[in-house]
Amino acid sequence: MVFITPRLALNLNLRQWDLLIRQARSANVLATLGYLLDSVGILNQIPAQPHNHIKSAQTYADRFYISLKWEIICIQEALKSINIPLVLLKGSAYFIAENNAAKGRIFSDVDIIVPEDKLLEVEAALIKAGWMTNTIDPYNQKYYRQWMHEIPPLRHLKRQTSIDVHHNILPRTADFCPDANKLLANIVKIPDKNIWVLAPEDRVLHSATHLFHEGELKSGFRDLSDLDLLLKEFSAEENFWAKLQQRAEELNQQIPLYYALRYTCRILQTPVPEKVLKVSQEAMPNIIKQTLMDALFLRALMPDHESCNNNWTGLARWLLFVRSHWLKMPLHLMIPHLLRKGFRRALGKEQH
Amino acid sequence: MKLATLSRKEVIHSLNRKRLRLKIGGFNVCLSSPIPEVADHLLCLYGAFEVVDDEAFIDFYTSLASPSKVRRYFRAQVNFSFDGYVPFKPLPYKQASAMFEWGLNWCIANHSHHYLVIHAAVVERNSQAFIFPGTPGSGKSTLCAALACSGWRLLSDEMTLLSVADGLVYPVPRPISLKNRSLDVIRNFSSNIIMGPVVKDTAKGAVGHVRPSDESVDLGEVPAKPAKLIFPKYLENSNTDLIPLSKSRALLKIAENCFNYNILGVQGFKSVSDLIDASDCYEFNYSCLEEAVALFAELAH
Repeated sequence: MVFITPRLALNLNLRQWDLLIRQARSANVLATLGYLLDSVGILNQIPAQPHNHIKSAQTYADRFYISLKWEIICIQEALKSINIPLVLLKGSAYFIAENNAAKGRIFSDVDIIVPEDKLLEVEAALIKAGWMTNTIDPYNQKYYRQWMHEIPPLRHLKRQTSIDVHHNILPRTADFCPDANKLLANIVKIPDKNIWVLAPEDRVLHSATHLFHEGELKSGFRDLSDLDLLLKEFSAEENFWAKLQQRAEELNQQIPLYYALRYTCRILQTPVPEKVLKVSQEAMPNIIKQTLMDALFLRALMPDHESCNNNWTGLARWLLFVRSHWLKMPLHLMIPHLLRKGFRRALGKEQH
Repeated sequence: MKLATLSRKEVIHSLNRKRLRLKIGGFNVCLSSPIPEVADHLLCLYGAFEVVDDEAFIDFYTSLASPSKVRRYFRAQVNFSFDGYVPFKPLPYKQASAMFEWGLNWCIANHSHHYLVIHAAVVERNSQAFIFPGTPGSGKSTLCAALACSGWRLLSDEMTLLSVADGLVYPVPRPISLKNRSLDVIRNFSSNIIMGPVVKDTAKGAVGHVRPSDESVDLGEVPAKPAKLIFPKYLENSNTDLIPLSKSRALLKIAENCFNYNILGVQGFKSVSDLIDASDCYEFNYSCLEEAVALFAELAH
């Protein structure tokens, strides 16, 4: 509730604060909570103990932005010789575009998107500048390169930072895989910097499609909060909603958008105009599927904390994991893939 | 109500029901565990600590438990978790209590960036905090234990919490962790110490803990003003040498000994500079604890 109406925080007793801090920490939104409270001017009115935890998380987040800034400069430097725009995605895009969703958001990888025909060149340039591949397992390498929308993550040898190089926002095998050229044709430049991000409506669609194709919804609540903050921020722009729906059609993302709007409204009460919701409902699945999806998502999008879990949460998360694979690849690829992963995990050769 | 007023059975019961909540300095810590030895560790070393009521805000929810049902019986192991998050690989079951101490260090060091967290022991006498930063093996804990059982107030043997807001040192009086030969050195140094069971064959060798004085625990929320910054070094057969250290050298050395200096950024530099300005800085070589304690008693006079 505090994420919907921050001022409610003033009414919390210490036990409620205790739970809020635990849930916010497990959903990786503790620093974000601080900025939210600060935005309504009440951060300094809360009790000392939760204040300390929030301050601590914000200090860490502030340090993270300094490192992120430097990391982006390093990537820019590494790709200088290749004649393509540097396009950031997700968290680092929100940060560089100064979106509200970036405040307090901590993440582990910088994501970029490049034209598919430049992929090898970009990879070679990054390796030359000190990044190296994380996974030497030939199956994983082949799997990424053949079917995925990104190459295996690269890690910098000295800084231990990680970069995901994408050529699309969904795997090639996904049903709703959009045309990446359309995304790249619509990028916007960050003023005074040689850095680009996806257009606002594309940023929302990417966030939506990422969340609703994501297998492990560990940070589901954080991703939902991203959507909420992006929608609130961009809706101040003229024609945003119309553009968003038009882009959803062009990029074949009506279904993720439908779910994004449904669950941000249901869980975080994001103010979406009635007529926009109506149009998006054209992508609504049948009533049985809808009921099932509600049952799964309304559980899995809560913070991953024991206090938010009930007997069904584990099952819901597992079913959504299977669903994410279902959406991303056809059955004849998925079954051998999951079997192989399952065996390797059972043998202790892989963490996940 | 102090933990010592509970019976062993009651402590085990609370640990099993995720209800054991202790006030440790400025932090409230909840511990749950099905392992009875953990209760013994707590009763032996944490007897003077207050049990906090159900209405209190808990800073750290911790638990110690077997990673899986199988590993409870076969080469038993234990996992430390912080509110569902498991920061370390499991350890052998027998090291459960030591793991609690290490785990709680981790919790505090990683979630208290409103302090500059220095890897240092800190004790107080006559309202002066003496800070002993040190790499493992430098003898800081041994020195700290000797001072703590010679009438000094213990603030911490492991991490000095220097408040970013007021520049004072805030206590986390916890059992003092001693390793290997230090265990016997301290046993021989003082007869009135209480030591918990010694755990052998940990990654750090044999580890035992000394119970903090009741007075140190009772003053667990009273900060102290930094006065001396002393970099100790145990050298076999050396004289007791207190060597003044230039402020610039001290600044570089202390920065190396912080857990979160880089996270605090500019504030970290400011806090360290203020600390250096407020303290006399020394390097200290020693091999005889009695001489060391006598010297510091004079210095704090």
